[in-house]
Amino acid sequence: MGDGEPLVRWAWIGRNWPSIQQLLVDHVIMALLPVLLGLLIALPLGLASARWRVLYQPTVGLMNVVYSLPSLAVFIVLIPVTGLAERATVIIPLTFYSLAVLIPAVVDGLEAVPDHVRQSAVAMGFGPMRRLLQVDLPIAVPVVLAGLRVATVSSISLVSVGALIGRGGLGYLFIDGWQRQFYTPIVVGIVLVVALAVLADGLLVLAQRLLTPWARARRAA
Amino acid sequence: MITFEGVTKRYGDGTVAVDNLSLQVPTGAITVFVGPSGCGKTTSLRMINRMIDATEGRILLDDKDIRQIDPPTLRRGIGYVIQQAGLFPHRKIVDNVATVPYLLGWDKKKARARAMELLERVGLDTKLAGRYPFQLSGGQQQRVGVARALAADPPVLLMDEPFSAVDPVVRTSLQDELLRLQSELHKTIVFVTHDIDEAIKLGDTVAVLRVGGHLAQIADPSTLLAEPADDFVEGFLGKDRGIRRLSFVPAGGVAVRAERDVPGWSVVLDGDDRPLGWRAGGSTGPTDTQAAGKDGLLPFGTFDLEKDSLRAALDAALLAPSGCAIAVDGDGRFAGVVTREALDEALLRASGAAGPTGAGSHG
Repeated sequence: MGDGEPLVRWAWIGRNWPSIQQLLVDHVIMALLPVLLGLLIALPLGLASARWRVLYQPTVGLMNVVYSLPSLAVFIVLIPVTGLAERATVIIPLTFYSLAVLIPAVVDGLEAVPDHVRQSAVAMGFGPMRRLLQVDLPIAVPVVLAGLRVATVSSISLVSVGALIGRGGLGYLFIDGWQRQFYTPIVVGIVLVVALAVLADGLLVLAQRLLTPWARARRAA
Repeated sequence: MITFEGVTKRYGDGTVAVDNLSLQVPTGAITVFVGPSGCGKTTSLRMINRMIDATEGRILLDDKDIRQIDPPTLRRGIGYVIQQAGLFPHRKIVDNVATVPYLLGWDKKKARARAMELLERVGLDTKLAGRYPFQLSGGQQQRVGVARALAADPPVLLMDEPFSAVDPVVRTSLQDELLRLQSELHKTIVFVTHDIDEAIKLGDTVAVLRVGGHLAQIADPSTLLAEPADDFVEGFLGKDRGIRRLSFVPAGGVAVRAERDVPGWSVVLDGDDRPLGWRAGGSTGPTDTQAAGKDGLLPFGTFDLEKDSLRAALDAALLAPSGCAIAVDGDGRFAGVVTREALDEALLRASGAAGPTGAGSHG
């Protein structure tokens, strides 16, 4: 890149702040919506896989195949369906990536419920639905949240790739900086993506502590 | 009363876990199902609250066929304690104990008040109420498990090897605690264990099961020790049946001499009439002064005339160099001495009472 070009030109940031903000909002939406959708879909699928074990391997196998597809390739395949530079073109593949992480997390979480706990719940007269809601799912929460952290951080990072098809949130700044041999947008993009990931992860850790004090204390013990 | 009528549990692969079991579990008493692994004791227990349904036969709970009761309703009326306590890790102790009251729709305040009452009842500090299960020791968790089972005051309690995962000292204290609770509550308890000593200690009635789910013998512990039905039961009971059976013979029948002297020895008491030891007296005393304590007293054993068994009396005699046991009253005050001859007489009576295949034959 250009000689004598400083790493960061503060003036550029000041001038472009409104559009940077817009990219940031776009990035957050495209990163978090897939995780949310993924969680909503993973819960029933995970419950079904934990209940009917035969479903588990095929489901996880399929999700791993999906996970192995290069994101850029999937974006390009979807363009004719959902359109170039559309949010949906990015959100749909990222939802599948989230599922690949979250379905096993839900199943593992449910399997983390000790057998004696499940049996005593049955023996005390919990019906199946009440047991699921009041015993199995709450005990699965720490494992599901751990999966949610991985899914969230990787989703935040993957959105940038969408810049190659014209919709990548902060990823646009990397392309812009590279095309113009100009460091500042690249640095701003990296800093914001990392900050976003750290912030989201921190919030999830906080949620974990508030929701599952019993699990936090176990870790400390 | 719980009645098993020809109950069989057969699995799809042909395995028979319980084979034509017929027995009665009396109301207000502890009935222990004991046997080696694979004898169907846990399966039998779980058929009572329909965690497992019988293939054949029926189980009556106070003359009502349990299959006519919807399982969750049935289970809320039967307390259940499991080996590792089975506490909910995500709920505080107080809410764990209040589980069944919550299920029954009690309001939260009433359920929690009941839970606090039960924590005290099982000998736990109510300060533990706000903690989570992992913050408690194994023994404390097991007490919480018992409190939880009692929360809705069910008439029946099922206990599935509840004390086998804790160390022997804690196990003994949990067993004593259960007996104390039972003396206050008079629940109908079915208790499953593989430990024959536990069965004999806790059971009013002991049902010995053998592999394949056959009932080998059902009897009170004293009868079981004195008259095992067959070689399997005898082998399962283990050694020292004769001596162990003495635990069920009260010491009250033994002849006590209300004096401190026996030939060659006398009992030394403190100012409060409590025994301090034996002192050699007369010509038959030992010349070995090493054996004596610094004040010239030798070891002794006592037994409580009102509460202890003949086994304790015999043990007390074996501890003393004089060969005599010291009897004390409920407050630990000297009541008299029991000589070997008096013990012999009582032992003879005890083995006579045990019937023709009596305790003396193998002991």
